[in-house]
Amino acid sequence: MKAKAIACCETPKMWLWVGLWAIAFSIGSIGVMQRFLFGHKLAAYGNYVTWGLYVGVYIYFIGLSAGAFMLSSLVYVFGIKKFERIGPIALTVALITLLAALLTIWFDLGHMERFYFVFTRPNFRSMMAWMVWLYTGYSLLLTSELWLALRVTEVAQVLRPVPMLLPQFQFLWRPVLALAVLLFFSVVVPLVWMNRQTVLALQPPFTITMWRDWVIMSGFFVIGLSIFLSVRKLEIQSALRVLGTLGVPLAIAFHGGVGALFATVAARPYWHSPIYPIFFLTGALVSGGALLTAIVAFLYPMPEEERNELTVLMGRMVAGLLLFDLMLEWSEFSVHLWYGFGETVESLKLILFGPFWWVFWIVHLLIGSLIPLVLILGSRKPKVIGLGSLLIATAFIAVRLNFVIPGLATPQIKGLEEAFIGPRFRLDYVPSLHEWQVVLFVVALSVGLFFVSCKMLHKFQPHQVGWRGTA
Amino acid sequence: MALEKDKNGENQVGRRAVLEKIASAVFASLVAPAVLSETAEAATEQEQPLPQLPELPPPQPNEDLLIRMMRDLQRALKKPMEQRRWVMVIDLRKCVGCNACTIACIAENKLPPSVVYRPVLQEEFGKYPNVSKRFLPRPCMHCDNPPCTPVCPVKATWKRPDGIVVIDYEACIGCRYCITACPYGARSFDFGDYYTEDTPEIAPIEKAPSFEYHEAWERKGHESPIGNARKCHFCLHRIERGLLPQCVTTCIGRATYFGDANDPESLVSELISKPNVMRLKEELGAEPKVYYLI
Repeated sequence: MKAKAIACCETPKMWLWVGLWAIAFSIGSIGVMQRFLFGHKLAAYGNYVTWGLYVGVYIYFIGLSAGAFMLSSLVYVFGIKKFERIGPIALTVALITLLAALLTIWFDLGHMERFYFVFTRPNFRSMMAWMVWLYTGYSLLLTSELWLALRVTEVAQVLRPVPMLLPQFQFLWRPVLALAVLLFFSVVVPLVWMNRQTVLALQPPFTITMWRDWVIMSGFFVIGLSIFLSVRKLEIQSALRVLGTLGVPLAIAFHGGVGALFATVAARPYWHSPIYPIFFLTGALVSGGALLTAIVAFLYPMPEEERNELTVLMGRMVAGLLLFDLMLEWSEFSVHLWYGFGETVESLKLILFGPFWWVFWIVHLLIGSLIPLVLILGSRKPKVIGLGSLLIATAFIAVRLNFVIPGLATPQIKGLEEAFIGPRFRLDYVPSLHEWQVVLFVVALSVGLFFVSCKMLHKFQPHQVGWRGTA
Repeated sequence: MALEKDKNGENQVGRRAVLEKIASAVFASLVAPAVLSETAEAATEQEQPLPQLPELPPPQPNEDLLIRMMRDLQRALKKPMEQRRWVMVIDLRKCVGCNACTIACIAENKLPPSVVYRPVLQEEFGKYPNVSKRFLPRPCMHCDNPPCTPVCPVKATWKRPDGIVVIDYEACIGCRYCITACPYGARSFDFGDYYTEDTPEIAPIEKAPSFEYHEAWERKGHESPIGNARKCHFCLHRIERGLLPQCVTTCIGRATYFGDANDPESLVSELISKPNVMRLKEELGAEPKVYYLI
């Protein structure tokens, strides 16, 4: 089967896909170039609908990442043997979609060059600052976990060309690399974080408090890194379990937190509901799980029998989660709309009967829910279940967009949208071609990364390495 | 007074030259002292030495409200910052919806087409023949409990001790979370647009510096304030030089008032103690400092 998977990369059909990918990537790259050249000028969002396609796509990707990660915990934390095989690919998908999400939201910033301010001058009352810090923790954890899952030694094989440039010093490169990383995290990062200006100017006074903070922070990093480096001596299995166990609350915190980022905004009645942190978590599991199911059904090399069993199992799980998600949605919509009063009614009516009614009824309910449920629950064929899952995973963007945009598309004060006229003062919003191009770039980049990672995963022969492998 | 100041400030010809292009002679006499004073300091909360304030005529009965408010302003400036409480009062019965305040604000702060600090909302009531209109100017409310500041991930926006909610343009990353969090829609994003875009040349007035927060901000390339959230700051750069906010100065119906609510003798203190006063969306608990008389 593995041979078949690799062989199919060399067929003309594969070249057609590669060609399509290259076209998509090029079109997307033009959008990114325009983004760097012209800033936000070509974007269609304005001051009222101030978050648009980028933010919708960002929470879509971050949901995929959280969902894929939480499913990987079934393997690494709960040790469910049936899912063992999807462990590494789940982590890979989680990492790639995390990168895609961060890239998309980076493009949304007004000053992209200032993104690091969130580390140097954070405001921990802001949900957004929490998000970024939790993402950082999550991405470190995810990288470590993936590293361990693929086993340190195998990854070192890939990195071998680097020390091979100076073969006589080959024995040195690992300690040097470790020392450099250690120094960076224990000296540079804490110092810069504590007092960027003083450090950069190399000027006293270094106060006692500063030294104390530095000792605490560098101590924290040194101990953390030492634990990480010493992990190689432990059983990889237990190290993965520790990381996975830490990761689950982290994933719940950050994705529930994405929901809270919106839900805490009292100025937007449609967002301001405690259901959203839970809704976001469920949505993550649905979309992430569906994407993984589709990958297992179509792409992942494994014996046919096992694939059948796994897709049916995953498909059922995704269908169950989707039904739960729809129930939450029904609760949210029906409670607000039942008597037709209240501030949220307008936003909900916009979703159901506004100019983009079809996004809800056709894309979300028909293509993203009903048809997939019929396909998944009505068949045991991996391809059919895979198709259903793929529909769920892709159409889920409708849920994300229908959350972000209608929440903003109602006036804050009656008549505000007519008080000052201009293209940036409108309540209607349709993403511009440029915005789609930027998103196409992110999608193409992620797909490209995914296939490169898959090739690498083949090299590591995941079904032989598995999570039970020893260091 | 303004002319004397002009002579003293001749070393700053560049700025004055720019100003002469953009401001009419009437406004220049009011604007110049603000611009020609020390401008290097950012919007910090540090107490700065009181600049020379415009000279006012001796108090007279029935004097213009603008003069009285300037006197209130000067009295407030002599107090420490944390003892001032700047508020704005807008008399909706006097507002005729001329939009002079909106335009004056745009001219004062050189606002691009994507930014507005003070739009005027219109609402029509009744049916012919009994029809009337109400106009509602909407500046930033400078809330005492501002919903827009705690959401900022990088502490780029905060409430000063005197109650003015400010933005540090050099720190703002442009995430626009604050724009979503303002219940009054009072924040805009500078997209980098120009009114005279797609014409042979972008009008020089659009590239002239604005003097918000006591600094000269030129809009070019991707530099701040382009890519930042922007909002009304009660013309901080003017009030700290003893001048009223531009919207107050230009209101043809004298419908907008400004002053220190901590001063019992100020005009605004008198006005907001009346029963016909209301604030927008009081139920949210943001405690806005813009009061409407109805």
